Amino acid sequence: MKKVVLELKVNNHSGVMSHITGLFSRRGFNLEGILCGPEKNSSFSRIYLLVNNNDTLHQIQSQLAKLYDVLEIRICKGNDFSVFFEIDKLFKS
Amino acid sequence: MKINGAELTIRLLEKQGIRIISGIPGGTNLPLYDALSKSTIRHILARHEQGAGFIAQGLSRSTGKPAVCFATSGPGATNLVTAIADAQMDSIPIIAITGQIPSQLIGTDAFQEVDIYGITIPITKHNFLIKKVEELIDVIPEAFSISVSGRPGPVLIDIPKDIQTAEIEISENFFEKIEKTVTAKTLALNTDFTAAASMINNAAKPLIIAGGGIIKSNTSDLLNELSVKNSIPVALTLMGLGSYSPDSNLYLGMPGMHGSRHTNYILQEADLIIALGIRFDDRLTGKSDSFCKNAKIIHIDIDKSELNKIKTSDLFIEGNLNESLQHLLEYIEQNERKEWIKHIENIKHEYPELTAKDQFSPYNIISIINNLTDSNAIITTDVGQHQMWTAQYYKFRKPGTLLTSGGLGTMGFGLPAAIGASLGKPDCQILCITGDGSFLMNIQELALLKELNLNVKVILFKNNSLGLVRQQQELFYDKNYFASRFEFNPEFHKIASAFGIESFNLAESDDIIHDLKYFLNLKTPAFIEIPIAQSQNVFPIVPPGKSNYEMIGGGYHEKSCS
Repeated sequence: MKKVVLELKVNNHSGVMSHITGLFSRRGFNLEGILCGPEKNSSFSRIYLLVNNNDTLHQIQSQLAKLYDVLEIRICKGNDFSVFFEIDKLFKS
Repeated sequence: MKINGAELTIRLLEKQGIRIISGIPGGTNLPLYDALSKSTIRHILARHEQGAGFIAQGLSRSTGKPAVCFATSGPGATNLVTAIADAQMDSIPIIAITGQIPSQLIGTDAFQEVDIYGITIPITKHNFLIKKVEELIDVIPEAFSISVSGRPGPVLIDIPKDIQTAEIEISENFFEKIEKTVTAKTLALNTDFTAAASMINNAAKPLIIAGGGIIKSNTSDLLNELSVKNSIPVALTLMGLGSYSPDSNLYLGMPGMHGSRHTNYILQEADLIIALGIRFDDRLTGKSDSFCKNAKIIHIDIDKSELNKIKTSDLFIEGNLNESLQHLLEYIEQNERKEWIKHIENIKHEYPELTAKDQFSPYNIISIINNLTDSNAIITTDVGQHQMWTAQYYKFRKPGTLLTSGGLGTMGFGLPAAIGASLGKPDCQILCITGDGSFLMNIQELALLKELNLNVKVILFKNNSLGLVRQQQELFYDKNYFASRFEFNPEFHKIASAFGIESFNLAESDDIIHDLKYFLNLKTPAFIEIPIAQSQNVFPIVPPGKSNYEMIGGGYHEKSCS
């Protein structure tokens, strides 16, 4: 199944992750992978969501856009997504 | 000057124009209540927080303005959950403010601690947990803004007790400088009105399905103008009832699972559906693939995420119905559509509304009540058969006169919502039509009703059962009646009397019209119990999962539709 990454710019506070993952579970959207980290010198974070590129992609985007803490959404196509599957290599020791 | 978080919160709520707050005090919102006691805001002491939440909803639904409810932490907050979820489903702007245990104890399983922030994430438009007292200054107005703008919805603010008591230094004229949140106008972004108008003008069999969005945007006049100009018939969803005159020859009725037979058949024949402020809910569409499958769809809604959520539109316009309909009307042609209207008349004639001879038939009772009640009266219902009979047989002539739990379908909604509606519209007559199953769920609010002495009449249809469940078991589970009939059911009129409310039992009446007239003319709280045969069913019914044209019941042969 073709995949795509959604890059989100979000407000950096403790509830944001729950809002986003909660959205996926209650709408029945599949979330294949998630990476998140704070932006340097700002009150924002970036979240990278690995999702399937299918019919539900449009709904996923429009529902995410409704979340108050989600400020920007960008679709990243054609990038190398292997990082999602090889994160364990970064933390061997 | 110094004030504490609780006082700051109350003052900010006053600035938002809040005049009434429903709630129940407890350990962790005592500072808020202390501040509230010194405010001009009136407090309504509900007897269950779910009641408080529905009172806020009744206030909001009847006035179109946001309303606030208070609860303490732990069980107080969790008791609000159902009312918040209900507001989310029906897009009602309420702001729930819950006390929380002191910040330093959060996460320790403290007394009456519950993660209400986490619990309400899926059921609010947005929510806040306050971490510093200064945050309140921005959060309170922001919460109102979120709640009322675009597609309205509930917002929760969780305020730990230490934040409520924390002091903050503000300037002497701080509050003078604060303005009430003004809703930002949502302009119609997609300006393709000529394309939409062209589709409408060129359609042979267009019809409009209008819903809650018309009521929220106060656009029933524009709806009427569009309908009349181009002779487009109008169907209304449950949430849209009252936004179009039921006396008009262009009125089609309510479609869907318990919609009128003729309405569902007419919808199948349309070649263009103009969907205004509806969300294609499954109660409306039945099997969505076959819903109006011969029709193109123009969908106008304020919420972009409704685009293609259930049905694929041919044209979607994201925007406020007010601006959208005004723009659209500029390009709509006059058209009498004599053939289409004649065809619709024929279908209506072939499948008229059901009638009944028995005076205690719910159709008759509701029609009698309708005839004896002013069109400005507000009706709230609970959930179940009585709700559907009310939707089918009570002619709502003004928008905002039916307050009902549509999306979540919450039993227990009726009485507290009626109380809230009466507080919002004190000069209106309010009727709560309820069933014996639903009424017990928030019966405790009768105490509040008596205390406030509101012009609210409760009409209880008593069939000693969970009617709609019993009906579904009869029709779809081989009459396997289980847990749907009350082996014991109290004399409700005696309970209402014990609450000090004037009560009647229509079973003892010699002249039901006379007695109902007397009852309805009272200006103080009153209650009437009406016996209904347990075997009564709501017809027609579209079996769950079937297409709307596969209705059963109502004494007609099923018509086959392609």
